[in-house]
Amino acid sequence: MPILHALQETFGFVPEPAVPMIAETLNLSRAEVWGVVTFYHDFRREPAGRHVVKLCAAEACQSMGSTALAAYAEEKLGVAMGETSADGRVTLEPIYCLGLCACAPSAMVNGQLLGRLDTAAIDEIAHDIARDGAKEMAR
Amino acid sequence: MKTPRIFVPNDATAIACGADKVFGKLKDALAARGVTYDIVRNGSRGLFWLEPLIEIETPAGRVGYGPVKPSDVESLLEAGFVNGAPHPLCVGLVEEIPFLKKQTRLTFARCGIIDPLSLDDYKAHGGYKGFERAVALGPAATVEEVFESGLRGRGGAGFPTGIKWRTVAAAPADQRYIVCNADEGDSGTFADRLIMEADPFCLIEGMTIAGLAVGATKGFVYCRSEYPLSYAVMEKAIAIARQAGLLGRNIAGSGVDFDMEMRLGAGAYVCGEETALLDSLEGKRGVVRAKPPLPAHKGLFGRPTVINNLISLATVPVILEKGGKFYKDFGMGRSRGTMPIQLAGNIKHGGLFETAFGIPLGELIYDIGGGTASGRPVRAVQAGGPLGAYLPTSQFDTPFDYEAFAAKDALIGHGGIVVFDDTVDMAHMAKFAMEFCAHESCGKCTPCRIGSTRGVETIDKVIAGERRDANLVVLRDLCNTMKLGSLCALGGFTPYPVLSALNHFPEDFGAAPKLPQAAE
Repeated sequence: MPILHALQETFGFVPEPAVPMIAETLNLSRAEVWGVVTFYHDFRREPAGRHVVKLCAAEACQSMGSTALAAYAEEKLGVAMGETSADGRVTLEPIYCLGLCACAPSAMVNGQLLGRLDTAAIDEIAHDIARDGAKEMAR
Repeated sequence: MKTPRIFVPNDATAIACGADKVFGKLKDALAARGVTYDIVRNGSRGLFWLEPLIEIETPAGRVGYGPVKPSDVESLLEAGFVNGAPHPLCVGLVEEIPFLKKQTRLTFARCGIIDPLSLDDYKAHGGYKGFERAVALGPAATVEEVFESGLRGRGGAGFPTGIKWRTVAAAPADQRYIVCNADEGDSGTFADRLIMEADPFCLIEGMTIAGLAVGATKGFVYCRSEYPLSYAVMEKAIAIARQAGLLGRNIAGSGVDFDMEMRLGAGAYVCGEETALLDSLEGKRGVVRAKPPLPAHKGLFGRPTVINNLISLATVPVILEKGGKFYKDFGMGRSRGTMPIQLAGNIKHGGLFETAFGIPLGELIYDIGGGTASGRPVRAVQAGGPLGAYLPTSQFDTPFDYEAFAAKDALIGHGGIVVFDDTVDMAHMAKFAMEFCAHESCGKCTPCRIGSTRGVETIDKVIAGERRDANLVVLRDLCNTMKLGSLCALGGFTPYPVLSALNHFPEDFGAAPKLPQAAE
């Protein structure tokens, strides 16, 4: 698993050609390695969007209205939960508990933790992502 | 006079609420004024509704200000908070805040007080006293001390830690292991995270003592990937301890050899189950193993392994320092010592409350937690994570105790309590429990893998009003199969939230409401 974490850290996902290489090095079958890659939610098999927004979907956040907030985020970011936008700009995913349950609802945006979320905070996230998008266009 | 120190927490919750920005702003503002202060990035005290909580040392004690926004920094400095001066955000002496004052902090005694990465600070607050005593006692007496304390596994199963240690110590082996379960996946829990971020040496010391006690020279901490900050703090703390000769060969001249490593999970809830965790540590899919053999006989890489919850291991130093009897004197019945109860969800004063077993649930929710954050009435609480039962307000007299909860078909689990107000739809929550089980099932046993998916479908039919009564019978039958037929707690305990929601809140499933009991 440390190998897979390192690959994902470097490439943003676990590229399929890496699987036979790992299998050979560790003296395992390809199926065993592929089985590990597909078992864990963290390992991506394709690149994520340039921005990754993970919204907590567990009970504590639900008790503070995370379900409605998730619907709002889908609308604002223009992408469905669990998917990446067609332009590869943003990925929106559920995550089950960031351990910030006493300041719910919470999220992780590009690795940064955010707590006490509301619609204004989502607006800000969407705004930041749109601004970065505009910069990319300018380039 | 020594310059007073300023404390700005380096804790995931505090950071999520802006602590890093506050820290930056404070540093800049102090520099602009040409004054220097020692700013310590401490852990959190666990009073999360006040985060980010800034503290300043004064002759009377540490005075707190919170929750501080970056925009508050200027006004705090203007008001003279560095002298503990009044300000609208001032919460007075932190130790006097009732939420903290009412606690019995044994495991979490140092959290938020010390600099997490200062060994000197750790030792000045009792650190390594437990280890010294364990060295003096020797392995067998150390195991007996833990047995005597009555400590039970804090992960949820509540198995006596001393018995586990005895079993591993007695198993013949060329190599034994200590594994710390820091895969704290339950919603509403953050106790493990708090220890790792606020007092990492406490876990290192606890694991070292465990190694000494059972003759294990190697330990692993399996930390979930949702806790990147905890992982980073632990990595640093392990490096510091190794540098100081507190990990490695012949620790502090005691003749004890022990070293440990961090391992990162990858977002699989089921890896919090001990045998799935061991498979994951070995680099495999996190699939649950059939027991026996017990991990104590054949655990990691087939060797005898102590696998304990992080809180159990972090409680070991205080037990060794103060004695098993001291610890045992807290609590009630067969639940001895203290439990870090984590108040979360829709609650006014959310945070960590460590107290002796036996406190009634209602007292925790209302007196300690201050009721809901939304100000609406409490409808239900879920205790013990996603696999824990929903309790209605009529059961709020239940004391926080393993057996008392079990008697009500509930569990205390890892000590998380999530509060819901009267807007919650319990049929939806029951469906979520099944969905979560379907999402996280390791797939090894049929009741969990298939049962959870069928459960979601059946609850959908009930919600839609499709042959409601017949489908409720199917749902109950399915829950029974999952409860009795699943290999581990994931499938086995998913029926708890489902059935408790159905039993206590039938009106949400379109059935007739439960009649109020006469005594209430």
